[in-house]
Amino acid sequence: MAVGARSVAGSPAPPSRCLGRIPPLAITAYTVCSALGAGRAANFQALRMRRSGLRPNDFTGVPLATWIGRVDGLETKPLPEPFAAWDCRNNRLAWLALQQDGFSDAVAGARARYGPDRVAVFVGTSTSSIGASEEAYRQLTPEGLYPEALRRPIIHTVHSLGEFVQHALGLTGVCATTATACSSSAKAFAQAERMIRCGVADAAVVGGVDSLCASVLFGFNSLELISAEPCRPFDIARHGISVGEAGGFALLERDGPGPWLLGYGESSDAHHMSSPHPEGLGARLALGDALARSGLTAADIGYINLHGTASARNDEVEARLIAELFPATTRASSTKGWTGHALGAAGIVEAVISLLAIDGGLAPGTLNTTELDPACGPQIRIDNEALSLRFALSQSFGFGGSNCVLALGTERVA
Amino acid sequence: MNATGAARTVFVNGISFWAPQLPGWDVAAAVLRGVAQVPTVAQRRPSPELLPPAERRRAPDTVAVAAEVAMRACVAAAVDPAGLASVFSSVHGDLAITDYMCETLARTPLLVSPTRFHNSVHNAAAGYWCIATGCHAPYVMVSAFGHSFATGLLEAFAQIASDGAPVLYVAYDIEACGPLATMGPSRSLLGVGLVLAPESSARTVAQLTWSVRPGDGSAATRPRAARPGYPDDNAMSHCLPLFETLAGAGGPVTLTLGPRSLLELAVQTAQTDVRP
Repeated sequence: MAVGARSVAGSPAPPSRCLGRIPPLAITAYTVCSALGAGRAANFQALRMRRSGLRPNDFTGVPLATWIGRVDGLETKPLPEPFAAWDCRNNRLAWLALQQDGFSDAVAGARARYGPDRVAVFVGTSTSSIGASEEAYRQLTPEGLYPEALRRPIIHTVHSLGEFVQHALGLTGVCATTATACSSSAKAFAQAERMIRCGVADAAVVGGVDSLCASVLFGFNSLELISAEPCRPFDIARHGISVGEAGGFALLERDGPGPWLLGYGESSDAHHMSSPHPEGLGARLALGDALARSGLTAADIGYINLHGTASARNDEVEARLIAELFPATTRASSTKGWTGHALGAAGIVEAVISLLAIDGGLAPGTLNTTELDPACGPQIRIDNEALSLRFALSQSFGFGGSNCVLALGTERVA
Repeated sequence: MNATGAARTVFVNGISFWAPQLPGWDVAAAVLRGVAQVPTVAQRRPSPELLPPAERRRAPDTVAVAAEVAMRACVAAAVDPAGLASVFSSVHGDLAITDYMCETLARTPLLVSPTRFHNSVHNAAAGYWCIATGCHAPYVMVSAFGHSFATGLLEAFAQIASDGAPVLYVAYDIEACGPLATMGPSRSLLGVGLVLAPESSARTVAQLTWSVRPGDGSAATRPRAARPGYPDDNAMSHCLPLFETLAGAGGPVTLTLGPRSLLELAVQTAQTDVRP
């Protein structure tokens, strides 16, 4: 198969800045926690049954009319004593995810095989544990200081997440927290791949966590991007996003039974801080590079998990791009009607959903949506469909014009 | 073979530096080398020519300092930023906006400023940089607390080793304010930039050979002793040992990637004595 991206007949191939294919990496363990539940089975079951995890906002002290994806029980589950210094909502969610699907055990196996310094950690987040800083500001002492219980510097900085995950897994090698807004945890896969390819690590824990906090709920509210009803991605009458919290992780190694990380593409919009490029230029570049790095063509792609936030601009631009570049046989959807927009964790959540789709033979549709925007081509579906899938893409686009597309598959590309 | 020990080489084709009393690499280099006193005149923040005048005034400090050192490094290297992939690193991101957000959310959450909110993302400076330069190449924004500088530098090295193309590396932090300052102390502004490349150019100022190995902070290179006006109380000041070495005769530099991981650098500059 030729290196580089080819497109369906008559439409232009996505441009690519990529120099060539990458050696695929085996995904030897993966897990997710979202408003749909803890672990792969709970998330897959909710996708299959078309049960949304969204609920009316019961998180903010000051009322805000919106729907949220909230993970139950975090308030009553402090971190185990040895990790008390990292205790906060975001790290509790990280811990909950690490305990699902045998993930921590799989990492322990990798640690034993390669050594703790040879298993890197790359995790993405948008706001990390800023919820703890917000809480401190609500409870300042009369002297204007943080309350005693929150005087822990690490939970008031972005690396709170990476440091906690590395410590919780007993690892000692390279560890970075990536914060490129809503592309963060997708970009973690790319960073891990490079670090393994250049020999700094033999394996990597990738993923990300973002938890509900006032910053994002009232922040998106200020931009008038938040929906008063459950989000309806790609609907002609969509009214904005629903924010969700989620965490997920994957373990990447050079070899294993699969599934596989086959490629990734990254780009910058160079257009606007909070609005996508009108022709989807950045998204197109990232898509082209993901195909080129994986050795796949648009026609090979069975399912695309779209960014599909249900914001007016994103969905219009993304719908046109998919209609232009993919054949009618490719299925595409946004699963944010189930989980809400998990922001910095969206990349890992939707990579896991893509893997569950491949594993379970199910192309998820688009929940809450009743009438598709006319910009949508035949690829974007409302209904779920039982389908044998080999290759999938997951698209994540963030504020600051940061784009990342992952290519995943059941098998390596010849 | 365990590849940890394999050393690789990259070239520094452009350097930039900005601190209030050291506003540029030329003035900073003499001080960092230890042959000049810190000038007493201080600027509050840079005024990056890259940004249009209105934006220059409005830009948050993170954006101003990052845009300044990013552009200066590209000018020094004589490279077009539009085609350059980049890595940005900051310990705390925009501390002033975080303070504003937390304070406003505690009192009047419905009055959060939309502009401040979209500037609150950790990658705001990187986003503005790409908009201002028309750059569609990817950027990444990393943080690793007190190990942020080396972690970002390693990301740049990994990109060069993997993709074989030059990378712009920008690291910065700003002054902490409000109650948050008690948790993430950081004074003043500090920004540094490097254009790193797999090949040397007419602008090459140094060669770095790098490797990663296990080890704790006791092996890390210490910065020069504190002097008045020396930018060693900023959260990013853990970058100083490398820049002191780049400004001088080169030599080995060890930076921490974490509590038990080290980035080893052998720095060769034009002044490095390579005789046996």
